[in-house]
Amino acid sequence: MRELIDLIYFLFPLFIATTVPLSIVALGGLFSERSGVVNIALEGIMIMGGFIGIIAMRALIENTELNLQIIAFIGLFTGATFGMLYALAHAFASITMKSNQIISATALNMFAPAMSVFIARTFWNTSNLNLMGNYTISKVPILGDIPIVGQLFFTNAYLSTYIGIIIFIVATAVLYKTRLGLRIRSCGENPHAADSLGVNIYRVRYIGVLISGALAGMGGVIFVLSFATRFSGSVAGFGFLALAVLIFGQWHPKKIIFAALFFATMRVIADTYSVIPGLNMIVMPREIYRMLPYIATLVVLSFASKRSRAPRAVGEPYDPSKR
Amino acid sequence: MAFVIEMLNITKEFPGIKANDDVTLQLKQGEIHALLGENGAGKSTLMSVLFGLYQPEQGIIKVRDKEVVIKNPNDANDLGIGMVHQHFKLVHNFTVTENIVLGYEDTKKGFLQLDNARKRIKELSEQYKLRVDPDALIENISVGQQQRVEILKMLYRDSEILIFDEPTAVLTPQEIQELMKIMKRLVSEGKSIILITHKLNEIKAIADRCTILRKGKYIDTVEVKSTSNEVLAEKMVGRKISFGVEKTPAKPKETILKVEEVSITDYITQKIVVKNVCFEVKRGEILTIAGIEGNGQTELIHGITGLKPLTKGKVILKEQDITALSIRQKSLSGISHIPEDRQKHGLVLEYSLENNLILQNYFTTQFQNRGFFKFDNIRDHAEKLIERFDIRSGKGPLSQVRSMSGGNQQKAIVGREIDRNNDLLIAVQPTRGLDVGAIEFIHKQLIQERDQGKAVLLISLELDEVMNLSDRILVMYEGEIVGEFDPQKTTENELGLYMSGSKRGKQQ
Repeated sequence: MRELIDLIYFLFPLFIATTVPLSIVALGGLFSERSGVVNIALEGIMIMGGFIGIIAMRALIENTELNLQIIAFIGLFTGATFGMLYALAHAFASITMKSNQIISATALNMFAPAMSVFIARTFWNTSNLNLMGNYTISKVPILGDIPIVGQLFFTNAYLSTYIGIIIFIVATAVLYKTRLGLRIRSCGENPHAADSLGVNIYRVRYIGVLISGALAGMGGVIFVLSFATRFSGSVAGFGFLALAVLIFGQWHPKKIIFAALFFATMRVIADTYSVIPGLNMIVMPREIYRMLPYIATLVVLSFASKRSRAPRAVGEPYDPSKR
Repeated sequence: MAFVIEMLNITKEFPGIKANDDVTLQLKQGEIHALLGENGAGKSTLMSVLFGLYQPEQGIIKVRDKEVVIKNPNDANDLGIGMVHQHFKLVHNFTVTENIVLGYEDTKKGFLQLDNARKRIKELSEQYKLRVDPDALIENISVGQQQRVEILKMLYRDSEILIFDEPTAVLTPQEIQELMKIMKRLVSEGKSIILITHKLNEIKAIADRCTILRKGKYIDTVEVKSTSNEVLAEKMVGRKISFGVEKTPAKPKETILKVEEVSITDYITQKIVVKNVCFEVKRGEILTIAGIEGNGQTELIHGITGLKPLTKGKVILKEQDITALSIRQKSLSGISHIPEDRQKHGLVLEYSLENNLILQNYFTTQFQNRGFFKFDNIRDHAEKLIERFDIRSGKGPLSQVRSMSGGNQQKAIVGREIDRNNDLLIAVQPTRGLDVGAIEFIHKQLIQERDQGKAVLLISLELDEVMNLSDRILVMYEGEIVGEFDPQKTTENELGLYMSGSKRGKQQ
């Protein structure tokens, strides 16, 4: 019994650490796609945001004596800002210039890792940027003392987890309770209807894509903080996984959280099967376990796509003359 | 009498064409003013100018005696001008309330205030008798109700001048009656209405005055009461046209098509969309299946022609069971098909006209030899059909079909299918969206086919067409045939009751 509890205490933080970036990035994708712009550039934006965020944090660690949590916060903020700037390119190409959204996003996906490695090589002579320090909060005062819940949620936790929860609440409220949200949703479903009522489609879609850039950029920093001690021009396919989460979550915030939990479970199992009782008894090559999240993606999506609730106008550049 | 809107001497040019040439429209306070013209006469352009979508090259617009410049739809809105679009502009997964407030939202500390809006919408719908549930999702309400939502949208924005763009195209006769009552009520409450249409009956029934456009030019503005249908039509088309279709009584002979207990289940929704349908079409008659859009007619035709598999039942053509044949085999065994969606199933829009004209038989030795086209034969074939069916286009056989007008696209399909000289001709909504001239032409072709001893199966939503062309009428409702009628002995009203499911009878 004791062992099981320890195992849970061991797996739970990993589980949260995986769920948070996945769901934040998927929520980002949600804003873009509900406004009518497909954003498969999430992966590239994560890389770009993560990369610049890490550079900022390294600079702060070397040159200042700031508390690590404050540095992490600044890192997240920087990542979000640059994610947004990077996404602006996608917005410009796909909204203003009406280019094919898949191609424009693919270009960003290819550009980001190359550019980040190039810059790292040029300035630091290495493609791996190390990041010092342990960014977990060992124990939140008061809340951390609550039995079980305290230990699960408020010890050894990441700042990003709490930020993630706040983002989820704010994002859901914005999408369903505000004027902006109503307009975003209308632009993804029937932009002609919105246009006839004086809603500026281009503006709303820009906002949607920029929000997705901010969240994906922040997600990139969270990824590096939670999983890697160094940045090497990759976020291990998390951006694409987030797209799968978005689709499996049927473009709906609450369902996205459940979808993220599902994919996180798969990933945690893949990483830690050797310590999970029962799983470690089955002799299977390591690679099979490693493949789990991706196989699950394929299987789940092929079922989920059948009753897809994708926004109707997603992927179509807005053309007022096609009434 | 005061005018609320005056559009004086409007000219709007597009490259190569004057869409509006010195057009004047004056709308009186509290009247229903019809704007009549064929497709391409410039009605939409004129309204787009009023709505701020286009800027006119010449002419001025006055609203309540003040000259205004309308730069975009928001300006029009601010001046109290609202429009019910022909294709509703509604978000399908929003509630009625959300659709109405969109773009005109009330917020408090950044949050939407939908409760107030809901209250206001309820008041408005009471006042104007526009029954609709403010919390229903658009995808769950009927087309008639969706139109009421569009009207409420304008009322919610306090529009005083309402433009209705072909509002009856999608409604049943009963819904049309209801809409007319609503429009009268709106006018009696002090609103002014512009009604865009090409249906003369509606103008006669409801409009006070009527402005007629033809080929971009202003023709006349008349008092509707003192003007006959014939005069209106002549002003619209520019020549005398025959009302009603001239035809002799049918002389039905042997059965060509027999449909036996056909049922079709939709693959995606698993709903039964066609239930146990049986009927026969005989040589020398036009059988029409009437019904409101979406009651299984499309699926039934897809089943007969092979575009969709049958769940149950048999299709027999000239005593040969063709149920299991492929689409091409069915077509070759003697079915000509004018499909419902001409751009999706009838034509390849990127191809030239001549290539579109051989889509059904490009593989025959008439047009190819060991996989190589016989270009001379293809050209001859195209020129023959263009001549016979008066298909007009920019570059003759080489015109890209996308660049042709809807009427000429349809003539190309009609020509191609009739030229194949099959015993059965299936025509699904053959005149949808076409102007009077093209409709007249296609009706004549269908009757001529009948008189030459072909069996014609017509699917139509337009009751005029149903009454004028048919020799027998079947009404389809929710996938079933709910009645059979003789056009001589029934009325549009009776058909309407069956089409809306209010009445049903046994098939005779």
